[in-house]
Amino acid sequence: MKGSELGVLSMFSSLVLSAGAGYQWIQRTNSAAEEQFVEPVIKSWSWWRSGGFDFGIGQHIDGLSVLVLIVVAFISTLVQIYSLEYLRGDRRYTHFFAALTLFSGGMLAMVLADNMMLFLLGWEIMGLCSFMLIGHWWENDANARAALKAFFTVRTGDAGLLVGIAILYFSANDWTQENLGVSGFSIRGISAWALSGEPNSTAITIAAIALFIACIGKSGQFPLHTWLPDAMAGPTPVSSLLHSSTMVVAGVYLVARLYPVFFVGLDILGSGGNLIMIIGAITIVISAALAFVQNDIKRVLAYSTVSQLGYMMLGLGAGAWLPAVFHIFTHAFFKACLFLGAGSISHSASHHSFDMKHDMGGLRKVMPITFVTWIISTLALCGVFPFSGFFSKDEIIDNVGNNGYNTFMIVGLVGAFMTAAYMTRATYLTFFGEPRGASAGENSHDSHDSHDAHATVAAHDSHDAHDSGAAHGPHESGLLITIPLMILSVLALGSGFLNATPFGENWERMKLWVEPRAVEVIDATHSGGPGESLVINLPNAEESHSKSVCGSATPADGVCFAPQLQHAKFKWSKAMMSMVIVFLGMALSWILSSRLFTKRDPRLVGLTQRVKVLGLGHKFLVNKYYLDVLYEKIIVRSIAYPIANAAYWFNQNILDGILHGFANSTRKLSGWVYQNIDQRVVDATVNNSATFTKSVGTAAQPTQSGKVSQYGALLFSAAAIGALVLVIINT
Amino acid sequence: MNMLQENNWLLSLGTFLPMVGVVLLMLMPKAQDKSVKLVALFTSIATLAVGIYTAFRFDFDQAEKMQFVANETWIAVIKSSYFIGVDGISLPLYLLSMVITLLVVIYSLDHVPSPGKPKAFFSLLLVLQTGMAGTFIAQDLILFFVFFELVLLPMFFMIGVWGGEQRQYASIKFFLYTMFGSALMLVAFLALFFKTGAESFSIPYLIENGGSIGKNIQIWIFAGMFVGFAVKVPMFPFHTWLPDAHTQAPTQGSVILAAILLKLGTYGFVRIALPILPTAAREWAPYIGGLAVIGIIYGAIAATMQRDLKRLVAYSSVAHLGFIVLGTFALSSQAVTGAVMQMVNHGVSTGALFLLVGMIYERRHTREIAELRGLQHVAPIFAGVFTVVMLSSVGLPGLNGFVGEFLILIGSFGPARWWTVVATVGVVLAALYLLWAYQRVFHGEPDEANSSFKELTLREGLLMSVFLAIIVVSGIYPKPILDRIEPSVVALIEHVEGQTK
Repeated sequence: MKGSELGVLSMFSSLVLSAGAGYQWIQRTNSAAEEQFVEPVIKSWSWWRSGGFDFGIGQHIDGLSVLVLIVVAFISTLVQIYSLEYLRGDRRYTHFFAALTLFSGGMLAMVLADNMMLFLLGWEIMGLCSFMLIGHWWENDANARAALKAFFTVRTGDAGLLVGIAILYFSANDWTQENLGVSGFSIRGISAWALSGEPNSTAITIAAIALFIACIGKSGQFPLHTWLPDAMAGPTPVSSLLHSSTMVVAGVYLVARLYPVFFVGLDILGSGGNLIMIIGAITIVISAALAFVQNDIKRVLAYSTVSQLGYMMLGLGAGAWLPAVFHIFTHAFFKACLFLGAGSISHSASHHSFDMKHDMGGLRKVMPITFVTWIISTLALCGVFPFSGFFSKDEIIDNVGNNGYNTFMIVGLVGAFMTAAYMTRATYLTFFGEPRGASAGENSHDSHDSHDAHATVAAHDSHDAHDSGAAHGPHESGLLITIPLMILSVLALGSGFLNATPFGENWERMKLWVEPRAVEVIDATHSGGPGESLVINLPNAEESHSKSVCGSATPADGVCFAPQLQHAKFKWSKAMMSMVIVFLGMALSWILSSRLFTKRDPRLVGLTQRVKVLGLGHKFLVNKYYLDVLYEKIIVRSIAYPIANAAYWFNQNILDGILHGFANSTRKLSGWVYQNIDQRVVDATVNNSATFTKSVGTAAQPTQSGKVSQYGALLFSAAAIGALVLVIINT
Repeated sequence: MNMLQENNWLLSLGTFLPMVGVVLLMLMPKAQDKSVKLVALFTSIATLAVGIYTAFRFDFDQAEKMQFVANETWIAVIKSSYFIGVDGISLPLYLLSMVITLLVVIYSLDHVPSPGKPKAFFSLLLVLQTGMAGTFIAQDLILFFVFFELVLLPMFFMIGVWGGEQRQYASIKFFLYTMFGSALMLVAFLALFFKTGAESFSIPYLIENGGSIGKNIQIWIFAGMFVGFAVKVPMFPFHTWLPDAHTQAPTQGSVILAAILLKLGTYGFVRIALPILPTAAREWAPYIGGLAVIGIIYGAIAATMQRDLKRLVAYSSVAHLGFIVLGTFALSSQAVTGAVMQMVNHGVSTGALFLLVGMIYERRHTREIAELRGLQHVAPIFAGVFTVVMLSSVGLPGLNGFVGEFLILIGSFGPARWWTVVATVGVVLAALYLLWAYQRVFHGEPDEANSSFKELTLREGLLMSVFLAIIVVSGIYPKPILDRIEPSVVALIEHVEGQTK
């Protein structure tokens, strides 16, 4: 009993409960009429209150929360099972499982939250766990630094969350109290308020921007994405759970959760793009480009995660709510699978190295299960039909175009091309070609410098513990590792069919279950229970497809909880086009990779050294666009340091200087008084010790306390005189 | 104002019980260290028991009223009376002072700082306790002033005698600064007395009649009071005594200083300055809010730069107290409730931090961050306790620091929007300087000097578990405390609003 049982058991219970919630929710939506708004199941209790603020804890169960709930509980369970093997013998085994379970608890609380306070609670717990888990092997300074960097970057964004919550509360509270009987923290209240046509447009825009800043930090969007690749210093299960499939989608989840706020505040569906789309699009491309120059397999996956999160943001920004949310779902499975696969390789084949160039290659033969699951997940990530990524990612791209954002659609397609190319490169380096380094059986510790930082510690801890230094070659991992991989790869293949638009309406289950229906609701929930006593105002057919029903304009009657969105009609021709792009990317990358890495084609090897422009570009990428340099060297070194130094100088010299000067002159004054008024009582000590500062330097003088009482007497008499003067002047 | 007079002996008992202990200590022969400690321990336990009994007898349904009120003639010549009582604002602080004193006494049982002299040391601790408790119950300005000043001397000697190398400088700086503030405060009190017709120094009387003073005079009187309290808080730019005093003070002194003494200033704002001079408070509020926000950011930046762990915590106090002052002068009931709550929270978490830093110093004889490394490796429980306390100070949701901080932020958002947004940056910075320090001290491989770092002893662990219990319980379920504080604050805000409309 080392604690892991407790973790696995609690996650499994969560999974069972969330599956039950999912089942009930599906029943609820199935029984609702076509054009009916399916009321979320909301329960809340008062946690603490103050001055009219009611901080509740409660649940808000609807399609979105159930979906993410199941994803989180499911991946958490699998990752914990995987960790049983992966971290066996670790020196902080129990600590690891405790933190992992606390993380899942925080995330589940955030997903279920019915109000922004509870949301914030979960959000912050996740940040803390991320800090603890990235720095799990904190003996190594690089890990500790990465943990702090992650925490601090995310925390910078969190300021936006606090401000956003405050703005929303003050703007929405009156309206929500009056119309829905809930506080301005309530997610449901805020959503309805945003669509009511009431909000002051400046307030809601600022609130949306503030909240989005928090999402940028948490979901690793440009320009705050730099923490995520560094976070790979954590153990691989952590990267798989927190930094790819669950925690980092919290920002996306926030946008999806409070979608009406962003919809109105940032003018989604308006012409010409908005902040969310722009950030998402930039993120897709810049991080995909970075994935090409990584040698560390986990870093490739990290940049890929950043890029995929960019897709989700792009989708949300372009009004493709459902595809973006669906992408959270599918992405979780295939990305978790890829990360766990990378972990499997390092655990059993490459001697705890993540370096594709030096320690991998040709692993398809020795690790068949890992290889097959990897290939399935890669195809899913690239969006190849009929793998799950196709149904979500292609939908995003398609809908972005359909909503009139052609430029952004092209960015999406370019991103798809790049994704296919860098994943092919990574796959080639890992599984094809000749085995190199540790994978070839070289049991060298020397090459560890270039490895992921935690490898050294891991090698001493877990590795030697269970393999006791045997000179072992690469082999397939144990069942505790491969079973989660297989389960995830099945889902990476199959989960897309839950919303398979190509096959018609009947296959679009997610649309039925998850997407809130944009209809006006004459709300009477505060008189009856949720879901009951609803009077549905069915809009007539013409109105229902115009923006005005539940768009940014005021609903005619009742309230709206979701904006009216449209779905692109699936066309095989468009799908074929993106397929061709993906295959082109794969083929090109395959040819280049095999020529460069295996055949060492002289035309390609050293190209970056020979052609200056390419060299510069490569250097630019290797240095991650110099963003880290900008943050750490330029902003921190040249701005924050001088400010801090100046502040401290101000403290020591100006403020204390005034004090010392004051003390000095008081002393001089007292000296003058003694000498001139009472010549006979010349106090030698007062004359001799010239300044207060000097007396401080010489410190221990026995008469100090005596002087203090002199000062005291002086100040008190001054006070009395001052009081008299004040009173006399004012009477 | 309605007042409840039942059990009016309780507060006097709770406040002056430590003095009985002091008398006993004085009568004891010097050599008997053990019995000196026992007397101090039992006195502070008895004091806390009285305090807890007081809290039980406190009528929470009427928390906005002064309770256990006693009003006796004291110095008839200047119309000052022995007038005491507690309400929902003072009760938590009154109780906190007793809890902290007891914990500090327990810690001191085997940690009397050099040069020893336990008899004098414990006597000072107990005198300090009387002064602190008295300040929180005084309902007469002169009585308040006497207690306020009573605190000064024991602390001065504690720093000056038991302090670090530069104790002379630090103690004189502390004394001078506070005296300077006190002088101005006294001017203000006297002026208040004369301007309300030289009738009484009683706070309830002045609250009723203070509003009749002309606006211009109010503003001047308020300025005097403000400086007096601001030095004690300390607010930027009157804070420079604090880092020196903290660094030089013995651990016990730092804990009491941070946990209780600093609150005397913020308590003075809430109890005296705001209700007596509401018009002036309104006028000054934007400027004071500005100073508070400067303090938040400035304290955080300065804390980031510190190489000495104790100095870092000291500067973090400047930032945290900036939050409290910001909340106080936002003049909304949430913000003021949050500010009072945060007074208690800061007392607990910063007190605990100073205690932990003291334990580090005692083990390693250094507080230089650069000298410490990898302590989590050798003392995981110590590190765990430090983590929780630090996170409470950072304001992580679920721990006590968050409740007060969030109430302050959201309560100040309406009245002082932009100040609040800037203050939010302080929340971010708090995470930076504390976690960064934590990482440098606790993470990494310990070198030789640090690898023999001792784990928490049982007694230290029990001591810290009291702090942890308060941190976790009031973080998860702050309702009982908030429900006590709020009625008094609402009454206060109503009074201020009634006067300024």
